[in-house]
Amino acid sequence: MSFLKVQNIQHTYFTKDSRTTALSDISLTVEEGEFVSILGPSGCGKTTLLSIISSLIKPTQGTVLLENKPVSTANNDIGYMLQQDYLFPWKTIEENILLGLKLSKQLTEKNKSAALNLLQQMGLSDVEKQLPKQLSGGMRQRVALVRTLATEPKLLMLDEPFSALDYQTKLKLEDLVSQTLDEFGKTAILVTHDIGEAIAMSDRVYLLSSRPGRIHKTFEMPEELKTLSPFNSRNHEAYPSLFQTIWKELESLEQGNG
Amino acid sequence: MNKETDKVELLHKNYIRSLQVEKRWIRFYQAIIFLVFFSSWELFSTKQWIDPLIFSSPSKIWILFINKLQDGSLLTNLGVTLTETVFGFILGTFLGVLLAAILWWSPMISKILDPYLVILNAMPKVALGPVLIVALSPGYPSIIAMGAIISVIITTIVVYTAFKEVDPNYLKVLQTFGATRFQCFKEAIIPACFPTIISTLKVNVGLSWVGVIVGEFLVSSKGLGYMIIYGFQVFNFTLVFLSLLVIAVFATIMYQLVDFLEKKLIKE
Repeated sequence: MSFLKVQNIQHTYFTKDSRTTALSDISLTVEEGEFVSILGPSGCGKTTLLSIISSLIKPTQGTVLLENKPVSTANNDIGYMLQQDYLFPWKTIEENILLGLKLSKQLTEKNKSAALNLLQQMGLSDVEKQLPKQLSGGMRQRVALVRTLATEPKLLMLDEPFSALDYQTKLKLEDLVSQTLDEFGKTAILVTHDIGEAIAMSDRVYLLSSRPGRIHKTFEMPEELKTLSPFNSRNHEAYPSLFQTIWKELESLEQGNG
Repeated sequence: MNKETDKVELLHKNYIRSLQVEKRWIRFYQAIIFLVFFSSWELFSTKQWIDPLIFSSPSKIWILFINKLQDGSLLTNLGVTLTETVFGFILGTFLGVLLAAILWWSPMISKILDPYLVILNAMPKVALGPVLIVALSPGYPSIIAMGAIISVIITTIVVYTAFKEVDPNYLKVLQTFGATRFQCFKEAIIPACFPTIISTLKVNVGLSWVGVIVGEFLVSSKGLGYMIIYGFQVFNFTLVFLSLLVIAVFATIMYQLVDFLEKKLIKE
C-alpha cells in the first residue's frame, strides 16, 4: 500500500460570474521516503494541489489518503513550507521554531531540545534569541525549515521554498534540505517552476499542464541522479539531456495553450 | 591615515553642531510664536482693540487660575474630566477592538452588520447625548459612555480592516500546524495589528475629549465642560478661556503619553 495516495482530485473555484477548474483528474502516489516534484507553468494549480494534499482546502472531488487515512491538519502529519519564510517578525527565532509544538501542545523538554539541536545542525548557532529581521534570507528559510520539521511531520510540502533566494544560497539550501530529509527519512513533495531544481532534488517529476491542471507526463529520475546531492546532480552527465527533454515538453505545453 | 580620521571626526562634529543649531532656531521660533500670541492678546485687550468682555486677557485668566486653584474647584473639575476621558477612551478602544474581533471571527456577522456600521459611523454620536443621559442617569456613567461611544465605531472599522489585511500566509503557516481560529487570532492577528491598535489609541484620545466635553455641556454639573458652559451662561469668558487652556494642556499631555507608550511598545 502506498504511503500517500491522491485519487482523482478535481478542484473548481467558484466566483459570482465564473467557475475555474484549477485541477482535473489528478492521481498520484508517493512512497515513504520519496522526494517528488510537481513542475508546471504558472497558474497550473500547483499550490492548490499542495493545499489540498495538506487538507487546507477541501477538493471538489477526490480523496487524499495518507497511510490509508484521510489527511487532516489536526494530527500534524504534514509540514508546509512556503515560498517565503513567513517567520513571525515579533517572535524570536526560538519562539518561531517552537510554534508548531506549542500549538499542538507537544512542547516537552525533549521536543524542545530536539528542535534547538536541529537549528544547530542547520548551521545556525547563537541565533535563538534574535529576531527574524536580524537574519539573512537564506538563514531565515533554514529557520523556517526547522520550524516545519520540529513537529516531526510524516510528509513535507515544499511550495517553491527556494524561489525568493539568490542563486548561490538556493543551491546551498537545496543540498542542505535534501541531506536533512534523507537523514530523517522524510517524504516530500516539492512544487517548483524551476526544471533544474526538480531534476536535481527529486526521485520523480510530475509535469502539470495548465488550466485545468492535469498530469501531463511523469518522469522517473535515473538511479544515478537519485543518489547524488542536488549540486552534484546538476553536474552529472545525465542532467543536460533530461533538462532538454523536460524543457521541450514544457515548451510544447505552453505553445499548446498560447 | 591619522589625518584622515581626524578630518572625518571634525566633519562629524560640525554635522552634529549644525543639527543642534537648527534645533535651537526651531525652539526659538516656537517660543516667539507663543510670546507674540499671548502678549498681543494682552495688549489688544487692555487697549480695547478687542472686546475684553468676550476675549478676556491672559492676565485675567492667570488671576482666575490662581483663584480657582486656591478654592480647589479647578482641580476638582479637572479630576472629574480627566477620569471620564481616560475611562471613556479605554472603554471605547477596548470595545472597538472587541467588536472588530467578533467581526473577524465570523464573516457572516460581519456581512450582516456591515450597513449598520456604516450608518453608526456616519451618525454624529454626540447626538445620542440626551438619550444616554436619560438612560444612564446624569453623571459619570453617561459621560463616560459619551467618551466611549464617539470612538468605538471608528476603532472597530479601522482595526477590523487591519485584521483583514494580515498576510493570509501567516494564517496558512498556523493552520498547517493545526491551529484553531482562536490560536490564529492570538498568534498572528493581534500581534500583527498591534501597531494599528496603538495608533487608534492616539486618535481616540482626541475623540474622547470631544465626547466628554459635550457630555459635560449637557449634564452641566461638574467638569471642565461644565465650567465652559457655566462661564458662557453667566458671560464670564475668562472662565471659558481658562477651561479651554487647561483642556489644551491636558489633552496634549495625554496624547504625548500615548505617543510615548507607542514608542516603548513598538520598539520591543
